[in-house]
Amino acid sequence: MALFLQNLVNALQWGSFYALIALGYSMVYSILMLFNFAHGDIFMVGAYIGVGVAFVLIAMASQGALALPPWAILILTILFAMILTSFVGMLVERIGYRPLRAAPRASAAITGLMIGIILETGNLALLGARRIRFPSLIDTTVYEVGGVFITNTKIIIVVVALLLATAMHLFVRKTKWGLAMRAMAFDYVAVPLMGVSVNAIAALTFALGSALAAAAGILYALAYPVLDPYMGILFGWKAFVAAILGGRGSVMGATLAGFLLGFIEIFAAMIFPSSLRDLIAYSIVLLILIVRPHGFFGEPYSARLRL
Amino acid sequence: MLLSVENLRVSYDRIRALQGIGFEIDEGEIVCIIGANGAGKSTTLLAISRMVAVEAGTRMRYRDKDLLQYSADKVVSQLAISHVPEGRRLFDNLTVMENLRLACFARRDAGIKPDIDRVLAIFPRLAEREHQKAGTLSGGEQQMLAVGRAFVSGRELMLLDEPSMGLAPLMMKTVFDALREINQEGTTILLVEQNAQLALQFAGRGYVLENGNLVLEGKSADLLADPAVKQAYLGG
Repeated sequence: MALFLQNLVNALQWGSFYALIALGYSMVYSILMLFNFAHGDIFMVGAYIGVGVAFVLIAMASQGALALPPWAILILTILFAMILTSFVGMLVERIGYRPLRAAPRASAAITGLMIGIILETGNLALLGARRIRFPSLIDTTVYEVGGVFITNTKIIIVVVALLLATAMHLFVRKTKWGLAMRAMAFDYVAVPLMGVSVNAIAALTFALGSALAAAAGILYALAYPVLDPYMGILFGWKAFVAAILGGRGSVMGATLAGFLLGFIEIFAAMIFPSSLRDLIAYSIVLLILIVRPHGFFGEPYSARLRL
Repeated sequence: MLLSVENLRVSYDRIRALQGIGFEIDEGEIVCIIGANGAGKSTTLLAISRMVAVEAGTRMRYRDKDLLQYSADKVVSQLAISHVPEGRRLFDNLTVMENLRLACFARRDAGIKPDIDRVLAIFPRLAEREHQKAGTLSGGEQQMLAVGRAFVSGRELMLLDEPSMGLAPLMMKTVFDALREINQEGTTILLVEQNAQLALQFAGRGYVLENGNLVLEGKSADLLADPAVKQAYLGG
């Protein structure tokens, strides 16, 4: 039982990363019919920007320019990195995708792959091949509850992920910008007739998705502090799976599917040898998709591509 | 003059859909363009709302502004020109109220709430279905919502693409009575219709579009009496 609960806790943490990355994938996909394959690399960029922000804040704090407790530095690091990474996302959209909006979807998809490679190798060129360590912002405390070990880092990761996913859900459901996003997910061709700028909504969507990926990057670095330029690739692919599994256009779906993926992976590793983890886990995901090809909460959309 | 169009040319995949047409609309008018399927009626409206690219040499002026300087969303948000497109293009995944609020997306004035209330007063059926998804409405109700969205998004000039399409006679009367009312409050209307009889009874003036060219124009009464129009569009 304790083993089960322990894995449950681990799965929640693992799923948090997938959920946050999947949200960005899912939103861009539903609004622009675009697989943004560079999104996993945005997660990596976010983590690296987080390192930079954290070093600056720590330096300022140590020189007395900034009298802040460690938890405040962590929150500020996440916030600044989210903001800065959202600009990276908007840049990717502006340079990589907007000129290709009327191009065949396959061209836009390979653009994503190329941008991904550019971000990875650009990072290499900038910082060199050495791995970078995320500074430890908070001291890890371990709590034991009935034989289950929970660290404060795990709690922070899961709580922040859930808060951000909820905020995104409310944004999409309750604001006029969210309303425009939902409209665009249904019929992006007709949206300008409502006085809505497709470019503005596309930029906003990339900004939000990238901000969430940055948050995921920093949370990931809290648990696994060694960063490398290729850390986003496999994560990106898996979060992409979660986005599709969640269903097109559903914030809730992407979040839940992200956590589900975390659970499947962790429990596959609990039951089977860990080298078989992904083999088992993604066979299960494949079966789910065969049964539910539209994912869990797919929303309808118009198939009419022109007026 | 509210809108003047000169030498409007549009091509799809190198096939010219509009061959350089010109027409004018004055403030407060109801003008119709009639013509057969494929004559270029919808394309004309799409060109005005900047949803399709026009060829060089085209001139379109709205009040004293060059329409070609505006993108499709700015035509709605800055010039208050609204367009009810072919097939209505409602957002089926949004409720009636959300569709109306979306149409007010770019507005910053205080008139949004009164305008939405006005739409719900003109079409009480929409008020009853306020929180229902647009995709679940009947054809007539969908047309009401499409007109309602146009009413709140652009009050100055309304472009209507086949508003009679698929409507039962009673519903058609409801919609056209509402349009008449909206026009009397100052909204200029340009509508395109295959149903020439209906369009010419509703509009003050009309144009006849054939294969991308305007071949006839005149007061509705004159067009209704014109032997060629009778022959081709009014069933003899």
